[in-house]
Amino acid sequence: MNRMSWRVLAGAFAAAMISIANPFAIGPAGAQDLTIGLGANVTSIDPHFHNLSPNSNVATHIFDKLIDQDEQQKLVPGLATEWKSLDDTTWEFKLRRGVKFHDGSDFTADDVVATLKRVPWVPNSPSSFRIYTQAITAHEIVDPFTIRFKTAAPYPLLPTDLSTVFIVSKKNEQAPTGDFNNGKAAIGTGPFKFVEYVPGDRIVVTRNDAYWGKKPEWAKATLKLITNNSARVAALLAGDVQLIEAVPATDYAKLKTNANVALSQIVGNRVIYLHVDSYRDQTPFATDKAGAVLPNNPLKDARVRKALSKAINRPAISERIMEGLAIPAGGVLAEGFFGSSPKLKPEAYDPEGARKLLTEAGYPNGFGLTIHGPNDRYPNDEKVLQAVGPMFNRIGIDTKVVTQPWATFASQGSAPNYAYSLMLVGWGAGTGEVSSPLRSLLMTVGPGRGGSNRGRYSNAKVDELTNQALATVDDAKRDKLLQEATEVAMADVGLIPLHYQINVWGTRKGLTYKPRADEYTLAMSVSRSN
Amino acid sequence: MTVFIIRRLMQTAIVLVVMSMIVFVGVFAIGDPTAILISADSDMIERERAIAALGLDKPLWEQYLYFVGGAFRGDLGKSFVFNMPALQLILQRLPATLELAFAALVIAIFVGVPLGMYAGYRPESPVSKAIMAGSILGFSLPTFWVGLMMIMVFAVQLGWLPSTGRGHTATVFGVTTSLVTPDGLAHVLLPAVNLALLKLSLVCRLARAGMRENMLMDYVKFARAKGLTARRVVMVHVFKNILIPLVTVTGLELGNLIAFSVVTETVFAWPGMGKLIIDSINNLDRPVIVAYLLVTVSMFVFINLAVDILYSVLDPRVRLSEAKG
Amino acid sequence: MATVLPHEGVESAPVAPVETPWRRFAADFLESPLAVAGLVVLLLIVGIALVAPFISPQNPYDLNQLDIMDGNLPPGAKSAPGYIYWLGSDDQGRDMLSGIFYGLRISLGVGVSSAVLALAIGLTVGLFAAYAGGKVEGFLMRVVDIQLSFPAILVALILLAVLGEGTWKVIAALVTVQWAYYARTVRGTALVERRKEYIEAALCLGLSHRRVMFRHLLPNCLPPLIVVATVQVAHAIALEATLSFLGIGLPITSPSLGLLIANGFEYLLSGKYWISFFPGVALLVTIVSINLVGDQLRDVLNPRLQK
Repeated sequence: MNRMSWRVLAGAFAAAMISIANPFAIGPAGAQDLTIGLGANVTSIDPHFHNLSPNSNVATHIFDKLIDQDEQQKLVPGLATEWKSLDDTTWEFKLRRGVKFHDGSDFTADDVVATLKRVPWVPNSPSSFRIYTQAITAHEIVDPFTIRFKTAAPYPLLPTDLSTVFIVSKKNEQAPTGDFNNGKAAIGTGPFKFVEYVPGDRIVVTRNDAYWGKKPEWAKATLKLITNNSARVAALLAGDVQLIEAVPATDYAKLKTNANVALSQIVGNRVIYLHVDSYRDQTPFATDKAGAVLPNNPLKDARVRKALSKAINRPAISERIMEGLAIPAGGVLAEGFFGSSPKLKPEAYDPEGARKLLTEAGYPNGFGLTIHGPNDRYPNDEKVLQAVGPMFNRIGIDTKVVTQPWATFASQGSAPNYAYSLMLVGWGAGTGEVSSPLRSLLMTVGPGRGGSNRGRYSNAKVDELTNQALATVDDAKRDKLLQEATEVAMADVGLIPLHYQINVWGTRKGLTYKPRADEYTLAMSVSRSN
Repeated sequence: MTVFIIRRLMQTAIVLVVMSMIVFVGVFAIGDPTAILISADSDMIERERAIAALGLDKPLWEQYLYFVGGAFRGDLGKSFVFNMPALQLILQRLPATLELAFAALVIAIFVGVPLGMYAGYRPESPVSKAIMAGSILGFSLPTFWVGLMMIMVFAVQLGWLPSTGRGHTATVFGVTTSLVTPDGLAHVLLPAVNLALLKLSLVCRLARAGMRENMLMDYVKFARAKGLTARRVVMVHVFKNILIPLVTVTGLELGNLIAFSVVTETVFAWPGMGKLIIDSINNLDRPVIVAYLLVTVSMFVFINLAVDILYSVLDPRVRLSEAKG
Repeated sequence: MATVLPHEGVESAPVAPVETPWRRFAADFLESPLAVAGLVVLLLIVGIALVAPFISPQNPYDLNQLDIMDGNLPPGAKSAPGYIYWLGSDDQGRDMLSGIFYGLRISLGVGVSSAVLALAIGLTVGLFAAYAGGKVEGFLMRVVDIQLSFPAILVALILLAVLGEGTWKVIAALVTVQWAYYARTVRGTALVERRKEYIEAALCLGLSHRRVMFRHLLPNCLPPLIVVATVQVAHAIALEATLSFLGIGLPITSPSLGLLIANGFEYLLSGKYWISFFPGVALLVTIVSINLVGDQLRDVLNPRLQK
């Protein structure tokens, strides 16, 4: 079929049919019902089983947390109405009164304690929420609506950490994960009540009319799991769902001009960056032009890392590969988030300057380099890495690009294998502030630090400043310390930032979605326009 | 016959053991599932806890023996990702896949057989030539490509049919299926046609070949000489004889359809086993991969066995002891 | 008319003065215009694949030649260096025409090499089984039966789940899926041939078993094998494309047609149809032409079917 006839045929039929067909397409879902297309698989309804963003996304409908994060990931009251530090190691939380669980029982401090006990207990958890509760060494119930937490050392991130932990009823302290999946224990205080969970297919919830906060507009919400990007877009276009998350960059321009669809977007908390092996004396994938591993790791030299950073045309990647759904990055978290430095601008594209730096560092003719990355993890991950290859080539570095499924990439590239020399990874700051990427990506690998530092970057100054920040309860001081730590790390090119992702949601016309920096897709945030 | 069945089952057992071992070693060699499952915020302590929680800290042979022990009690292990019994996960998805495969088979037979019989009856007519050319096209078209085109045209451009997922289900005679509700039928149509295309071509060619061979047989000439109408000869006598190879092949193809639904399910986001296995491979969710393998292999063995028995019933010349080899 | 196979002793045909089996075969083959068209197209495709590096406007995998500023251009657009993207460019600024030429090379390469390897293995096993007979034959054929009772895609899926990604691993999976077809075909034909007089004669002459097997038995098993091989190459190419589409096939560094299609999959709905449409057409044309040729070969080489 040639292009002309295809267009003519499609256009003619579309014009004729869309008006007739659409009422039927939306038919089964009434005006009170909402169907959402989610882009990532949910593995359980148990809010403590798997520390995974899609799971927490679903759990947010059914359960509440002591502290909520708003669209910009600022902390706002949840089941706790206020919280303060009494001294450096004691926190007091006042709990909301009159809140009822879906089964009618009252919410009190006992439920908080039960939750703290359940989190580290959940059997077979592949990734537990224990890391967010472990700072609490003791708790004290002052009265049913006041609870105090003790930490071993000053720990300013406690409210942030607790804003990820969902509160379950004390009745379900010992409930196994299966009881949540079949609904028996899926009892929270959230805006929706659990109805049905079909693994890999859908989650259905209905409005909790006794909700303490703003009641959702929808009597019933169905969260459909449509992980395939094109299928998800097609479902929106066909009217099978009214909202989709993670609109792919490839369809962005097209959807923008579609009269039946409205888009909403926000700069997200995820940075896409290149991690560089600056640790080993000899790194496996930095070679001479003939392919023999270089005796000295060129990537240990900050000038070489700077040269690589200058070689990258970030605006081109953001506009061409990401189709405008990214902004060039100069740090590890976009401007506007707590602790991010306004001084950090993206490195300008400067191949000449890059060559000069390489010459200074003793590589006037460049060297050979293989760069690795996943092909199924981040939007356009594979394409971004493929675009970086020619850019490195242009400054004289013979570059090979290898992409793999995340399953292989993650287990090879992470501790303890550290198999690669330079790799593309992404980091979403779940806490919505800079200590999250600093602690995991740029601090020297050690207990509780550098967990995802795949380049094993190490800088005593960065460690010191970040540690200091992590022990400073005063917000203004902590903000400054975090900014300073990032600036030091970026001046030393501890990693090479590429871009911050922009999160986009698509709705059918007549609906609006309040976009969220944390990539969450919530039925509560969908409203009718006008 | 009993000996035959026992031999078959013993072979199956050997196949199952060998395959489960291969999968155990292979998935172990590819990578560590905790590297994928664990939250990026986690530290080394949490990683070690997760490895122990999934039982991955033990030597591989011990993990395998533990699995075998469980398998004898009907427990194929718990999914690393879902923390649900792997078998339960698969059985939950099985109806959707079977439904899709069944719908595709029905389409393949009810469209393919008449087309093929016509093409065989009048091999020189232009229509028959077109059918044959179409059948070559039918099994040359990549399934995923066709599926995509169908979504583009029928769901997005025309808006006639839903693009993805499975429709409402209803329970009839104790079976829960989406094939009995209007919404369900609308959902199943595109994926079923997509999945059926390949088999349709095959069935069509088989029917044509059977038709051509049978039309030359003496019994046809005899029947015609007796004065029976061409219609009756074809519809009753020839049809019966074409049926035997068709039954065998469609039986075997049912297994094939179930396996091939992997592709269709991926394109149409159909919540069946195929989608589950692709996800599980990506997550290195070994218990589910192994369980999927055991379930499908057993299913194929059962289907093949049933076809062999049916074949021997339909065609008394075939004796099952032949297969002893 | 019955097609006469070479070993059956050619009855003197009245028409041509020097009728050889091959000429006869060629004449039969050329009877179908569709098959001839298929053959011509197939030869063209193979030609393109062979000389791809010399006729492509761009080496699509030389990173120095790619510029993302030339990305996603529609067919007919001009690139920065000045040449025209007749079939458009993909997101990396890769010329689709060049991409398809190279993709054909990889798809055909993977398809043919896996078929050849599978043929070699299947042939050896099949001949050996037919020749050895008894328990060995029983065992080997049981393995073949078991293997064939599982759908190709399932076997390939499990193997790749276990082996991981890589060109050689895909070929290994394709070989595993295919060899049994050859083994069964060879064994079936060989069993028939073995009883024929010329084999007995050869054995009586005191020729070694090996020699009889490979020099006498083998050439006469070839016709059905050729048919199976043609069909299997098409199958292998389609299966590889499917696996690559599912994301468990070839790595991005060897972009076959299937991978090109998968790559353009996400662009289809946004109107950039050319990225996966043209590779899809190339794949379709390749498979159809192979199948057309295979179909006619089956008709010509199968003495049972009458025209």
